[in-house]
Amino acid sequence: MSGAAAAKCRAAAKKVWAFLGKHRYFFERLLIAFVTLLLCSLVTFLLMRLMPGDVVENYTQQLMAQRQLSYEAARRLAVQLLNFDPEENIFLQLGRFYSGLFQGNLGRSLYINDLTTNTIIAQALPWTLFVASCGLILSYLIGTMIGARMAYKRRGVENAVHSTYIVVSSTLPDYLFGLIILYIFGYTLGWFPTYGAYDITTPVGFNLQFIGDCLYHGFLPICAYVFTGVGAWALSMKGSSIGVLGEDYVGAGIARGLPERVIVRKYLKKNARLPLVTSLALSFATLFGGSAIMENIFAYPGIGYAFSSYVASRDYFIMQGLFFFMSVVIILANLIADSVYTLIDPRIRRGV
Amino acid sequence: MKKQVPVPAEGAAEKLTFSDILQKVKTFFYDLACGTGRFFRTIFHNKKAFAGLIILAVFICMALFGKFVFPYDPTPDYDARFAGISWEHPLGTDNMGRDVFRMMVAGSSSVLGIALLTAVFTVVIGTVIGLISGLAGGWVDKVLQVITNMFLTIPSFPVLLIMGTLFTIESTLSFAIVLSAFSWGGLSRAVRAQIISLKERDYIQICKVLNLSGAHITFRELLPNIMSFICINFIMVIRSAITSSVGIMVLGLASFDPTNWGAILLNAMDYGAMVVPEARLYLFAPIIFIMLFQLGAILFSDGLDEAINPRLRKN
Repeated sequence: MSGAAAAKCRAAAKKVWAFLGKHRYFFERLLIAFVTLLLCSLVTFLLMRLMPGDVVENYTQQLMAQRQLSYEAARRLAVQLLNFDPEENIFLQLGRFYSGLFQGNLGRSLYINDLTTNTIIAQALPWTLFVASCGLILSYLIGTMIGARMAYKRRGVENAVHSTYIVVSSTLPDYLFGLIILYIFGYTLGWFPTYGAYDITTPVGFNLQFIGDCLYHGFLPICAYVFTGVGAWALSMKGSSIGVLGEDYVGAGIARGLPERVIVRKYLKKNARLPLVTSLALSFATLFGGSAIMENIFAYPGIGYAFSSYVASRDYFIMQGLFFFMSVVIILANLIADSVYTLIDPRIRRGV
Repeated sequence: MKKQVPVPAEGAAEKLTFSDILQKVKTFFYDLACGTGRFFRTIFHNKKAFAGLIILAVFICMALFGKFVFPYDPTPDYDARFAGISWEHPLGTDNMGRDVFRMMVAGSSSVLGIALLTAVFTVVIGTVIGLISGLAGGWVDKVLQVITNMFLTIPSFPVLLIMGTLFTIESTLSFAIVLSAFSWGGLSRAVRAQIISLKERDYIQICKVLNLSGAHITFRELLPNIMSFICINFIMVIRSAITSSVGIMVLGLASFDPTNWGAILLNAMDYGAMVVPEARLYLFAPIIFIMLFQLGAILFSDGLDEAINPRLRKN
């Protein structure tokens, strides 16, 4: 009886081990991602201990004045609300911090009543996702198109125009280009709004007017992302395409007399785009992390704007929570970037 | 020269005389001059690199000597607010009547200093870690790769913002250290990949057969091969350091130097340069300077790549 159970156990363990071994690469990445996340949270925790002044004391005073509580009660409430007690030893503080994270408590504001990081994220995340992903996908599509053309037709006026465009667009950081178009189209010509994600007079809801208004407000930031992003995509697509063009199957296609259109679309673009998918997730992470400046210039109420404004007002617990959230998103994007390539490229999946 | 006489070992090289040392110094300088000459000849033959070099040289001169030629006077002069272009004010004046051109010149040393220091730190850390990782292999390589991966994944810009509030960045050096702490990952990964591929080449194997020392293989064979790659990365790091340092300045989170181009931009935006038509130059001067510098860096590194990289030269 017990022997059979043990054998079953062993078989199951073998199966699990085989599964782990088969997807070893993925699980390694997962482990590294987890450790990175742990490290990120630890670093924020340690950094937060450097915050100047006694934050809890100030908060206690604030609570006493607002709710007419005794000092002890207010202090207890403050510790509970902020999930931080500077008088405990550091390990207890760490335990408190992680238990808060596991309960989904990302911190609350020191200065504004009942404002928690979770509500800030819920309000700001959709806008950042909207602008960043629109900008990224558009620049990816346009950039790969241009890159493939540049690789296929290496001479001529068109190529010179594209090369010049790539050099010019890479001289400007995205936020400075955003600043220029905001100045021209927002302030001087007045064609586009200069702040906000939608007009406050527009009723919020899933209707055509609201979506149109969002697109209208998001147009300039998306434009800035696209204009500065296309160049890099075109360059890497060109490199990848030149590699693909040297392959035998392309030569075979040309020899069989396939039309150019078919070769470019089915042979060249499909294969050359594969290695770029990894960079898609990576550049999403970069855009997401660097969204602070862009959103500040356009006064666009996304995560980056929220983060930089709470950093500027020294609202430490919101800072900490938002940073933790942003690192989760970025680490996830990196994990996807690492593992998605094996899924989409059949050659790698089979281990060829 | 020294009283202590080294114990003469069997088969040791003969004692160095003064003339030998002189000869060595001479050959060293001769090689250096030849190398520099060859370098500049390749640069001059490549139009792109030459144009880039000139732009970069102008900026470097501006950072080094600009302060003495065009001294900046920060005292406000309210009569000359938002003045237009004139001989006295080539780029107009700001909201307090101070000369924008002189301000830009004064800020260039701060901007370029941050960028240069960041690039030096980044390249040194990245190359050393990549070299060790690629050469050592085994568990050292694994550990270093995990660390590199972590630094690549940690969202660098938010960390910079947080560090900016907690440490109050107030000098060029500390700014450069903070910036380079998060930018060496990519370079170290690339150096490791290059070293691993170079290590298996025939000439390195021959060196090993000849029993040459590890130091010889590393510094005489491997490093010169990846030197051009490192040079180009150095310029790339300078570019990205300018982008991110100016970005942090634009957010107003490291305002230790009011003449830094990012601080000028922030000030221009704060004092209504977006809506005052006369202040157009005040707003656009930093942008144009950054664009020009980046253009110079791109042209120079592209040309350098074409000049040095034999694979590109053939095409």
